[in-house]
Amino acid sequence: MSLAVASTSATQQTWLEKLGAGHTILGTALVLYPLVASDFFLTQIGGYSLIFGMLGLSLMLLAGYGGMVSLAQITVAGIAAYAIAILGNNNSNILGFGWPWWLAVPFAVAAAALASALIGWISVRTEGIYTIMITLAIATATYYFAQQNYAIFNGHSGYAGIRAPVFWGVNWRDPRPFYYLCLGLAALSYAAVLYGSRSTFGMTLQAIRDNPRRMRALGYHVTAHKVFAWLLAGVIAGLAGVLLVWFNGRVSPGTIGVDAAIDVLIIAVIGGLRHPIGPFLGAVVVILMQTFAIDIVGAERFNTLIGMVFLVIVFVSPDGILGLWGRIKPHLAQESLRPGP
Amino acid sequence: MHRRTVLALAMFTGLTAPSMALAADDTIKIGLLATFEGPFTVLGEDGERGAMTAVAEMNGTVGGKKIEIVKGSSDASPDSAVRAARKLVEQDGVKVLVGPLSGDEGLAVKDYAKTQPNVTFINGTSAAQDTTLRNPAENFFRFSTDGAQWMAGLGTYAFKDKGYKKVATVAEDYSFPYTQVFGFMAEFCKAGGHVPSKSWVPIGNKDFSSVIAAIPEGVDAIYVALGGADAVNFLTQYQQSGGTAPLIGGSITVDQTVLTSKGKLKDVLKGTPSAGPTADTNDAPAWKAFVEAYKKQPGAFPSPSLFAHGYYVDMKATLLGLDQVGGDVSDGGKKLREALSKLSFDTPTGKVSLDKNRNAIADIFLTEVTEGADGNLLNKLVKVVPQVNQTLGIPEDEFMKLGAVNRDNPSCP
Repeated sequence: MSLAVASTSATQQTWLEKLGAGHTILGTALVLYPLVASDFFLTQIGGYSLIFGMLGLSLMLLAGYGGMVSLAQITVAGIAAYAIAILGNNNSNILGFGWPWWLAVPFAVAAAALASALIGWISVRTEGIYTIMITLAIATATYYFAQQNYAIFNGHSGYAGIRAPVFWGVNWRDPRPFYYLCLGLAALSYAAVLYGSRSTFGMTLQAIRDNPRRMRALGYHVTAHKVFAWLLAGVIAGLAGVLLVWFNGRVSPGTIGVDAAIDVLIIAVIGGLRHPIGPFLGAVVVILMQTFAIDIVGAERFNTLIGMVFLVIVFVSPDGILGLWGRIKPHLAQESLRPGP
Repeated sequence: MHRRTVLALAMFTGLTAPSMALAADDTIKIGLLATFEGPFTVLGEDGERGAMTAVAEMNGTVGGKKIEIVKGSSDASPDSAVRAARKLVEQDGVKVLVGPLSGDEGLAVKDYAKTQPNVTFINGTSAAQDTTLRNPAENFFRFSTDGAQWMAGLGTYAFKDKGYKKVATVAEDYSFPYTQVFGFMAEFCKAGGHVPSKSWVPIGNKDFSSVIAAIPEGVDAIYVALGGADAVNFLTQYQQSGGTAPLIGGSITVDQTVLTSKGKLKDVLKGTPSAGPTADTNDAPAWKAFVEAYKKQPGAFPSPSLFAHGYYVDMKATLLGLDQVGGDVSDGGKKLREALSKLSFDTPTGKVSLDKNRNAIADIFLTEVTEGADGNLLNKLVKVVPQVNQTLGIPEDEFMKLGAVNRDNPSCP
C-alpha cells in the first residue's frame, strides 16, 4: 500500500518539473521578448527565425531521427504557401478562390504533408548522398516548374497581395500577434517532435536509422515508418509555409529556389541535429547574419563574411552550435569551482 | 553564472539589440537598394556607382545636412527586394529609399510602398510598365522611364531602315523583358512587321541550345532582350551553333555590362541596333561631364551603363527634391513628395519631368553598336527620340486598350 503511494508521488511530478528549467527560462524569455524588441526585431528577426527554425526542425526530424537528409523541405513549405495563395485571395488576377483561412490552411498543410510523403516515398529506397541528390532534384524541378508554369504558379512573378487573416478581432499580420502566432506554432512543433522522439514510433525510427536490416528482420515495415516520418515532417514544413506566405505577403519561385533550400540545410547543420532546439538556434544565427552582415563589411563582401562565419562554426564544432555548447559546458562547470579573483 | 560568460552575453545582446534609429539632426539617411547578389550583381554594382556619382556631385550634403547612404542588397527576386526594403525602412529608419534594380522587384517594392505611406520611394532602374501605369502607389516615383519607353524608335528603325520584316524574339521570362518586347513590337507590328516566335527563358539559364533550335528558319533578325550573364551566354552559344541572323538588342543586352565582357562577342554584336535611355557616343557636354564624374567611382566601366545612369538620375532627383525642402522629412515626407511631383530638371541625357502617375517623360536614344578607337565596344548614337511618355505618344485610353503587358501581349505572328 505504502509502496504504491510512494511510486505514484514519484511519477506525479508537477508539469513545471517535467518541463525542465531550461525550457521554462527559454519559454519565458521568448514570451516576454516583445516587451524589449522593436517591430523589426519582432517580425524580421523573431518571426522569420521561428519560421525558418520550423523548416530546419522538419529537416532535423528526418535527418536526426531518420537519417534522411532532405533538401526539399522548402519545396514542401512552398506547396503550402502556393496553396494559400491559390485557395485564398491574392491580387495577381490569377486563380484565387477566396476560401476563408480556416478552410484554406488545413487544406494547404494537408497538401504539403501529402507532397512530403510522396517525396519520401520516392526517396526512401536511397541512402545518404543519394537521398540528398534526389531531394535536390525534386526541389530544383519544382522551382523550374513554378517558374515556367503560368496557369497555376504565375511564373517568375508569383502571387502578391496575400494577407494574413483577421479573426477574433486580431490582425495577425501586425508584428506582435504575428510573432506570437509564429512562437505558438513553433513551440507546438518543437514539443511534438520532442514528444514524438520518445514515443514508440520515434524509438523505432531511430532504430531504423541505426540498423535498418535488423529492424526489417525483426518484422518492422521500414519503408512505412520512414514515409510516415516524411508525412510528419511535411506537416511542420507546411505550417511554416503558411506562416512564410503570410509573412512575405507574397510567394514566387524565388521563395522556393535552391538558395532557400540550401539555407534550410545550413540552418540545421549550423544549429546541430542532435536535439530539436538546434535548428532554432541555427535559424537565429543565420537570419541575424544575413540581415546585418551588409552593415558590418559593406555591400561587396558581405556574403564572404557570412560564409566564413559558417565555416568557423562548422570547423570549431562539427555538430553545430549544440555541440559547441556541449563543449563549453564542462569548462564553465570547472571554472565555477575555482576561487574568484 | 560566471563573469566572463555574462560579459560575452552582454556583448552579444548589445550587438543584436535593436539599434536605435536616432539619426542626428544634421544628417539625412537615404536607403540604397540594389542587387549585390545573384545574376545581376554586376548591374547592381554599376547602379551603386551611378547613385554615388550623384551624391559626390552634391559634395555629400543636401539642404545643409550630411547625406548618409545605407545599402540594402537583393538577388533580383521580389521576395529578397521586399525583405531588404523592410530592413532599410523598419530597422535602419530611412525615410527616403532609392531602388530597386529589376522589374519584378519594382512591382513588389511598389506594393510594399503602399504599406509605408510616410516613406518616399524613388525607383532605381526597375522598368516594368505596371510599376507606375496600373494601380500605382502614391509614394513611388520613377525618374528613369520604363522598358517600353526605352524601345522608342527601334521598331520603326528595324522595319524601315534595316528592312527586317520577320523577327523572332528571345527574352528573359519576367516583367521587364515583357515590357521591352511590348515596346519593340508596338512599333514594329504597327509598321507592318511580323513576329513568328517568342522565346521566354528563365533568368540564369545556362544552356540555350533548345532556344536556339526553336528559332524559326528564315527570320530576318533576332530581337534579344537578355541581361548580364544571360546575354553573354546566349550570344556565345548562338555564334558557336553557327547562327548568322543579325541581332536587334534590348536596352540591357547591348549595355556596357555586356559589351565589356571578354570573348568573341565583338563580331556578333557589331552593328546591332538598339535603343535605351543612354548612348555612349552622345557628345552633349552634359553627358561628357557625367561620364567624367562617373569614371571617378572605383571599378567604373569605360562608359556608364544604363544602370549607372538610371540610379544617377533617380538619386539626383531625390537630392534635388530634398534640397528644395531643406532636407526636412519630419512631416512624413509630404513636402518632399510634393516637390518631387513638380520636379523637372536637366539630366546628362536631357530634360526629365513626371506625368500624373509619377513616371518620367524623357529623351530616348536610338543606337548602334560600334568599335571605339581603343577597341572597346560602344553604343553609337543614331537618333534622339525627344520626350517619350509612358504611353509612347498614344492617347492614354487607347494605350490602355492594348492591355497589360504579358508574355502573349502583343502578338503579330
